[in-house]
Amino acid sequence: MTAAAAGADKPKKLVIIDYSGELEKTWATLILASTAGAMEIETTVFVTFWGLQTFVKDRKRITGQNWMQKMMSFMQRPGVSHRKLSKMNFMGMGPWMMFQLAKRYNVAKPKDLLEMAQAVGVQFLPCQMTMDMFGLKREDLIDGMGEPVGAATALQLMTEADSTLFI
Amino acid sequence: MGNLDIKLKVDASGLSCPLPILKATQGIKSVASGELIEVVATDPGSVKDFDAWSRSTGNAMVEQESTGGKFRFVLRRK
Repeated sequence: MTAAAAGADKPKKLVIIDYSGELEKTWATLILASTAGAMEIETTVFVTFWGLQTFVKDRKRITGQNWMQKMMSFMQRPGVSHRKLSKMNFMGMGPWMMFQLAKRYNVAKPKDLLEMAQAVGVQFLPCQMTMDMFGLKREDLIDGMGEPVGAATALQLMTEADSTLFI
Repeated sequence: MGNLDIKLKVDASGLSCPLPILKATQGIKSVASGELIEVVATDPGSVKDFDAWSRSTGNAMVEQESTGGKFRFVLRRK
């Protein structure tokens, strides 16, 4: 297949800005990132603001240095397995039902998709400013994340990419 | 058909998008360049998805057939 060979010559690039921390948006980010990696599309996910909460280790309960940062993490538990729905959250009943449905229909959970995305070479870059503002340290974040970067790096990646998503 | 030398079979039956593609990716990475893998899926979206995946990666689609809600793909690692 010459078309396939030509397509494979120059790798396509995708950038996802993972801004929201909600369950359904995290799911969308990780489905697209893992599949893009599987399709040999060079994929970078810039993780910023609420999105960074997703990339805190699941077992971390309270993060931050001062009482405001600590209260923020207490009010919304960080970690990929603890995302809330933007609608129909119902004190956690909504996400519970979502995971039951996902299990029944063999849909991969965000945590599994995140592992698969990392296995196919997707780069996750944390936003330095968000880390500072929420008082997050490198060791609070999951293993395998890239160096923290800022808006300029994100913009450079975005303008060089074939496609960019803000989720 | 039937005389293809398939190195690995991947059963993605019952799995939802994007798991058949992710399983196929894991599978094809475990065989050598030029070798074949077979993937069986039941997700109807997988017909178009495997075509897109094949074009994007350059791993050629050698065979594709649909029988009774099962979709079978034979793919050659580039």
